[in-house]
Amino acid sequence: MSVRIVSRPIIYAILIAFSLFFLMPVYLMFITSIKPLDQITLSQMWELPKAIDFTSYKEAYQKLAPNFLNSIYLVIPATILSALLGSLNGYVLSKWKFRGADWIFTAVLFGMFIPYQSILIPLIQFLREIELYNSIPGLVLVHVVYGIPITTLMFRNFYATVPTEMIESAQMDGAGFFTIFRYIMIPLSIIAFVVVGIWQFTNIWNEFLFAVTITTSEQQPIMVALQNLSGSQIVQWNVQMAGAILAALPTLLVYIFLGKFFVRGLLAGSVKG
Amino acid sequence: MEPVKASTPLEHHSKPSMMKETKRKRPLINDRVKAILCLLPSIILITIFVYGFIGWTGYVSFSNWNSLIPDFSFAGLKNYAYLFADFRFQADLRNTVFFTLFFIMAVLVAGLILAILLDQKIRAESLFRNIFFFPMALSFVVTGVVWQWVLNPSTGVNLILKEFGISPMWYTSVTIIPGIEWGKIEFGVPVAMIAVVIAAMWQMTGFSVAMYLAGLRGIPDELREAARIDGASEFKIFTKIIFPLLMPITVSVIIIMAHISLKIFDLIYAMTGPGANFVTDVPGVYMFETTFRGNYYANGAAITMIMLLSVAIFIIPYLISSRKGGS
Repeated sequence: MSVRIVSRPIIYAILIAFSLFFLMPVYLMFITSIKPLDQITLSQMWELPKAIDFTSYKEAYQKLAPNFLNSIYLVIPATILSALLGSLNGYVLSKWKFRGADWIFTAVLFGMFIPYQSILIPLIQFLREIELYNSIPGLVLVHVVYGIPITTLMFRNFYATVPTEMIESAQMDGAGFFTIFRYIMIPLSIIAFVVVGIWQFTNIWNEFLFAVTITTSEQQPIMVALQNLSGSQIVQWNVQMAGAILAALPTLLVYIFLGKFFVRGLLAGSVKG
Repeated sequence: MEPVKASTPLEHHSKPSMMKETKRKRPLINDRVKAILCLLPSIILITIFVYGFIGWTGYVSFSNWNSLIPDFSFAGLKNYAYLFADFRFQADLRNTVFFTLFFIMAVLVAGLILAILLDQKIRAESLFRNIFFFPMALSFVVTGVVWQWVLNPSTGVNLILKEFGISPMWYTSVTIIPGIEWGKIEFGVPVAMIAVVIAAMWQMTGFSVAMYLAGLRGIPDELREAARIDGASEFKIFTKIIFPLLMPITVSVIIIMAHISLKIFDLIYAMTGPGANFVTDVPGVYMFETTFRGNYYANGAAITMIMLLSVAIFIIPYLISSRKGGS
């Protein structure tokens, strides 16, 4: 039995009150986005729609579709590459520790917490230099590099749970570094790949600072386009809401279907094993 | 993460003979070299992209590069002196302090309460959990866009609150409480920031709920039972046993939330912008506008150095202590 400080009805009352707080913006977003034009007045904000109308989605889709595609082109290679790099690093840092490996790991981890503003000016100069500024490949590179700390952390902690005897006995049988990685570690870490993949997918999809500073107009990922949509005075707020739903949909779907793994990533990213 | 149980044929082999023992020495050295070589690209990338670029930004912050054309002549502390005397930056520091304090407190308190309630073997636990967690899957930009409407003083929640005779100004308020003059600014709690704290809390409370819930589930029931047998009240069990055991989690949540709030940019940029009199401005927004809209690169670099320093104060001790604790 857990701690019993308050009675059941009070527990449910508090939980429901918080749930209403958490769901309120979703309710608002949703009902606004499906309202017909004549019902989109600020004073009727909370009222349920009298008829269902998808005009605002059509308009938001027209405005956001190219950027939505940009985000897809960005997030898929960036997620795959950073997961692969992270798994290799995690393998080395958990099973092939050398002297100073822990310090290197700590130094790498620091990269996960820095305000990215503090590397932005040289980063942009550098990307201009190698002609990847204002391009999706440039953003992929940025997300792979700055994804190294978190993906390495997650894989290292995961591989630390793989018994060392397993590696040792494989070595007895003559398996080398890459054979062990390919035939033992990777098959064992499918779950880790799912967790890391979801984590990177969500973060890269939702990222804004790199996106807004490294790309302009046509190359911009979805979040920048959404921000532009909401910043412009001529766009109706029902279109903004529909746009917000469209932009949030991929990560929301991932959460709905794979939420368990998302939460595992969340916990794994904060507690060092 | 839990270990994955899988049995490979390799596990069943018997103890190695002495011959094998000597034979595997050489390939092992070979493998060690391979391991380091595999790690090397990442080390180089991090060295350049994190440490090298930070150094470069630091260098820019001491330069005269405050126009489109790079100018790396040495300016000493000029840019820092300018910032600390600047109305906008002083306002940013004030806003960041109060935003960080209120945001962390809100996330900790709400997270702990909700986690304890969820841990009471209640019905529909996973439904509640999902309701509290899902905002974390969203972008701060989405959160900003939506809350901008929810807390818009002329519509949103005010339409409901009006029935009770209250209509807060939310993020448009320019009031600073108590508003003591200090430097160029009025010092105190910027009321407009509270609106931003509500939005940020909406997004991040799930994190502390998840952390505390994992912590609570990790405390063995026997501990509670033993205390109960000793006649401890439920309240005492919580304050004397459970809360101290959750302390490492509280520290982790504080560190993670502090580093998020000290570098916050997207939420505020999408929700309110700098605000009138810079009541909702933060260093992240100032840096973005002054560097990329105004071309004051050296000033922008100086802002980021101050941001980095404020984050490092929290993060470096945390990393070093968890390194020692971890391995």
